[in-house]
Amino acid sequence: MSVLLSRADPPRLVSGSRRRSRLPQAFLVPAIAVLVLALGYPLGRQVVMSLQEYGLAQQFGRPAPWVGLANYQALVTDSYLWAVVLRSVMFCLVNAAVTMMLGVAVAVLLTKVSRWVRILTQSGLLLAWAMPVLAALTIWQWIFDSQYGIVNWLLTRLGFESYAGHAWLIDPLSFYLVATVVVVWMSVPFVVFTVYAALTQVPTSTVEAAEIDGAGAWQRFRFVVVPSIRPVLLVVGLLQVIWDLRVFTQIYVLQEAGGISTETNLIGTYVYRLGIAEGQFGVASAVAIFMLALTVVLTFGYVRRMLRTEDA
Amino acid sequence: MTAVLDAPSEAVATRPAAPNRRKPQRFRRAMLNLLALLVFGCSAFPVYWMVNSSLLPANRIRSVEPTWFPAPATLDHYRRVFTEGSFTSSLRISLLVTAATLVFALVFAFLAALAVSRFRFTGRRQFVIAVLVIQMIPAEGLFISQYKMLEGWNLLNSVTGLTLVYVAGVLPFTIWTLRGFVDGIPVELEEAAMVDGCSRTRAFFSITFPLLAPGLVATGVFAFIQAWNEFTLALVVMTRPDGHTLPIWLRTFTDVNRAADWGGIMAGSTLIAVPVVIFFLVVQGRMAAGLVSGAVKG
Repeated sequence: MSVLLSRADPPRLVSGSRRRSRLPQAFLVPAIAVLVLALGYPLGRQVVMSLQEYGLAQQFGRPAPWVGLANYQALVTDSYLWAVVLRSVMFCLVNAAVTMMLGVAVAVLLTKVSRWVRILTQSGLLLAWAMPVLAALTIWQWIFDSQYGIVNWLLTRLGFESYAGHAWLIDPLSFYLVATVVVVWMSVPFVVFTVYAALTQVPTSTVEAAEIDGAGAWQRFRFVVVPSIRPVLLVVGLLQVIWDLRVFTQIYVLQEAGGISTETNLIGTYVYRLGIAEGQFGVASAVAIFMLALTVVLTFGYVRRMLRTEDA
Repeated sequence: MTAVLDAPSEAVATRPAAPNRRKPQRFRRAMLNLLALLVFGCSAFPVYWMVNSSLLPANRIRSVEPTWFPAPATLDHYRRVFTEGSFTSSLRISLLVTAATLVFALVFAFLAALAVSRFRFTGRRQFVIAVLVIQMIPAEGLFISQYKMLEGWNLLNSVTGLTLVYVAGVLPFTIWTLRGFVDGIPVELEEAAMVDGCSRTRAFFSITFPLLAPGLVATGVFAFIQAWNEFTLALVVMTRPDGHTLPIWLRTFTDVNRAADWGGIMAGSTLIAVPVVIFFLVVQGRMAAGLVSGAVKG
């Protein structure tokens, strides 16, 4: 992640030939073309669609009438959307917080254990990190399977007889528990690796100086280590928030497996059900725009900070 | 968690200097090791469980008492995955899309990173900011209109269409990452070569490019993993069964065989995971080598 934070040195190599060369701009053309074509254009089109009545009839060729902000109005007054938004934000914050806390704790732990234990733990985390999301989902579905899942077996063994044959995905709360386990399991390794790398960069002399000055273990961590890895923590935390807010795959797949979707929809799956499944592209676009706006709000501060780093 | 972590160490540390100070420290180290091993267990066990289940005969999987080791191992599930259903055709689609995404994303990002990192020109700052902002846009907030766009261009269910949205999806990150790698290679190295009479192009290709190779590998692996694992857009764009990528194949396979064929499902999961794991392990060492911050000293 240090990559993301690297300051923009004023590049000086070719300052002499600045005037005549169009080369750098030419280098950007392919990237810009793809970004405009596959992100910029759909984004514009999405804004347009969100202002139109675009349903199944339009899907079959009828022209789409402009309806102004009617789609948004319908949404803002729809209590279901607010339930979905609230759920998404809660899910995002809980998952990001749990992931960050566990990740930082494990990273600190790794600096304090024997070498072989560290390498072993790192390889385990690497394995979890490397799992494709769909593979991870099927694994956890199997682990939480009602009949032959190992979780129910374990709980029954521990004396919770009622968990024999317990279906985890039918109740919204335990549905989110399973989803959180999958999301956290998959995201913690990334946090551990980046934070651990940052921790090894903290100069030992500073920490030792604080120790000589009488700072306890917690104080050393809080006032010496945390400030020096702060940039990394910020970036990693921001990424967690973004990733967990847009979570789609985990929820969608678990919904398909468990059979409940209305009670468990988050923004991503709601957009999918509205648009792809029901063909209400106008309303779905409005929700998607709403989701983008929410992302901007949640990440605005972080992005501005990063841009400032860029300016420096 | 940190509190839990620190509690025992605190207790040990504040104990007045005992005649034998090393013993409590060794005890503390042992406890921490144990905790780390628990972390190892939590992260590795599900993966082990997948492989284990994929090798067990069906009657062992469908038993209330779990079987911890694939002692009577069987490859039946793998054989079935390969011979029945559409695994091979999905594999072909996945390979195609992944390879195309990898190549285009790398080339385009390489050029852009080069421009941004080594040149100063009008619009450079705007481009950097745009990339940073675009990177924050969640793909899940755009798939509706990307679907409509590809539908309009008759690119639904086509490798070209999926590749297009994939390349756009991974480009911002690949540009950022590669740019960091190029920044990390001191311009002084190139300048020195130019002083010695190299042309700028030659200086770049003989000095900087080799140093950049690890960065290209790391970035390429990132693009590979993204495209190989991607689910949402593949679900939306590739609606026909003969266009399914592997993640979509695995999901439909799970659906069709719900609760009946966990062995086959785990075999399929294992097959999808293996290339990613291998790639991850291959670049582990190179990632570190990519940071050549020490190339120019003092």
